[in-house]
Amino acid sequence: MAKYLLLKHYRGAPEAVNCVPMDKWTPEEISAHMQYMHDFAARLEGTGEFVDGQALAPEGAWVRYDGEGRPPVTDGPFAETKDLIAGWMVIDVDSYERAVELAGELSAAPGAGGKPIHEWLELRPFLAAPPTVTE
Amino acid sequence: MDEALLRSLTPGVIGVLVRRGADFAAAEDAVQDALVEAVRVWPADQPRDPRGWLVTVAWRRFLDATRADTARRRREDRADEEPAPGPAPAVDDTLQLYFLCAHPSLTPASAVALTLRAVGGLTTRQIAQAYLVPEATMAQRISRAKRTVSGVRFDRPGDVATVLRVLYLVFNEGYSGDVDLAAEAIRLTRQLAARVDHPEVAGLLALMLLHHARRAARTAPDGSLVPLAEQDRSRWDTAVIAEGVGILQAALARDRLGEFQAQAAVAALHADAPTAEETDWVQIVEWYDELTRLTDSPVVRLNRAVAVGEADGPRAGLAALAALDDSLPRHTAVAAYLHERDGDLVTAARLYAEAAHKAPNLAERDHLTRQAARLNAGLRG
Repeated sequence: MAKYLLLKHYRGAPEAVNCVPMDKWTPEEISAHMQYMHDFAARLEGTGEFVDGQALAPEGAWVRYDGEGRPPVTDGPFAETKDLIAGWMVIDVDSYERAVELAGELSAAPGAGGKPIHEWLELRPFLAAPPTVTE
Repeated sequence: MDEALLRSLTPGVIGVLVRRGADFAAAEDAVQDALVEAVRVWPADQPRDPRGWLVTVAWRRFLDATRADTARRRREDRADEEPAPGPAPAVDDTLQLYFLCAHPSLTPASAVALTLRAVGGLTTRQIAQAYLVPEATMAQRISRAKRTVSGVRFDRPGDVATVLRVLYLVFNEGYSGDVDLAAEAIRLTRQLAARVDHPEVAGLLALMLLHHARRAARTAPDGSLVPLAEQDRSRWDTAVIAEGVGILQAALARDRLGEFQAQAAVAALHADAPTAEETDWVQIVEWYDELTRLTDSPVVRLNRAVAVGEADGPRAGLAALAALDDSLPRHTAVAAYLHERDGDLVTAARLYAEAAHKAPNLAERDHLTRQAARLNAGLRG
């Protein structure tokens, strides 16, 4: 088994095919999208492949150490939608091929007009613990 | 197996061990072990005297743990025979545990965890699942909390207000899991109300019941939020409402108003209205005025602005809102709602989308996005 992160963000990926902000969808289209996401996660729980899924608030702050005895420096929030991590799902699957298949399904979630969003998701393998048997 | 019974016995059993001379942290650990054992053994063989069984097993566990300690010899002398229970407690053990677990030296998260374990009888795993953290993290939080209160005397009454804040947190900020935290908060508050005669304890219990009564109507089958005005009121639990109103009336009659009673009064006025249109908003505004006097919380002022918008019209609501800091959580959502009521749909749609962007949780974000979508669809059509 191998764990993968399906990361939904807007960092440098080409625009999704069906790219309309959600508040411009109809309420029914929003419901259909939510249902799809919910069913997707439930199905992966059923197959024993779901690990975690979380959504993030769009705005945060930058923080860094500023030396001994000084409070950390904070900056932002920068409301730059091109640089936004919206959320993630972690899956535990048998193969890279399975991970790609699932990411493709997630990207097919319906959006405006009930059509798939075709949104780009980043698929990143976890660096796992080393195996016991190495030779 | 009756898990509720098992859990309700927990604080009393801890109290017995403490009176026999165990310190709180060790007693609590031993009782937790006994609870885990009970969950394993009772389904096949429920003892006739569950409390006596728990005391015996917990005491044995305590002795085993103590023997393993470095000071074993000194303690073994004490432990050789089952001691008689100590002198009858001057104060109720269970009540003392509430005070200890909500001690002001604890952070709110620690007080919540310790209360759920020592008073509620939940296992560390259940509490960890409920708050979506790893079990090891929750175990550390609880053991640190126990160390923090280890020097606190067990025989003096504490401040009931701190206990109420902890129980309110369990009720209001509980996540999901196998454990129904709202129901658990009600159970613990009911148990407290049976021990402390205090109108705010009754007020909090009434508040919880009146909100809990609406639970079935609060979410749609797809999990989305249903606002109060749109809830199917036939799905409200009338028996629970009646109980909440009864408790609240008895508390208010004592003429010692506090914030929980005032909040419960608002909830009772909503419960009283057969339809959203029949809500007595004028009285609700008056209760928010009382609450402002009692707490002067900006959240109360925000809720008051909503009520003013209903009682005196959206313009009045917007005027009340204008006096408040617009960085307050949900300020934008309230502004969107009042602008919609005022007929300014373009502004309302923009503000709903902005509010969704700032929403503190997913359910609210989805709800606000839907509101924006609904208005935008209408504006297009």
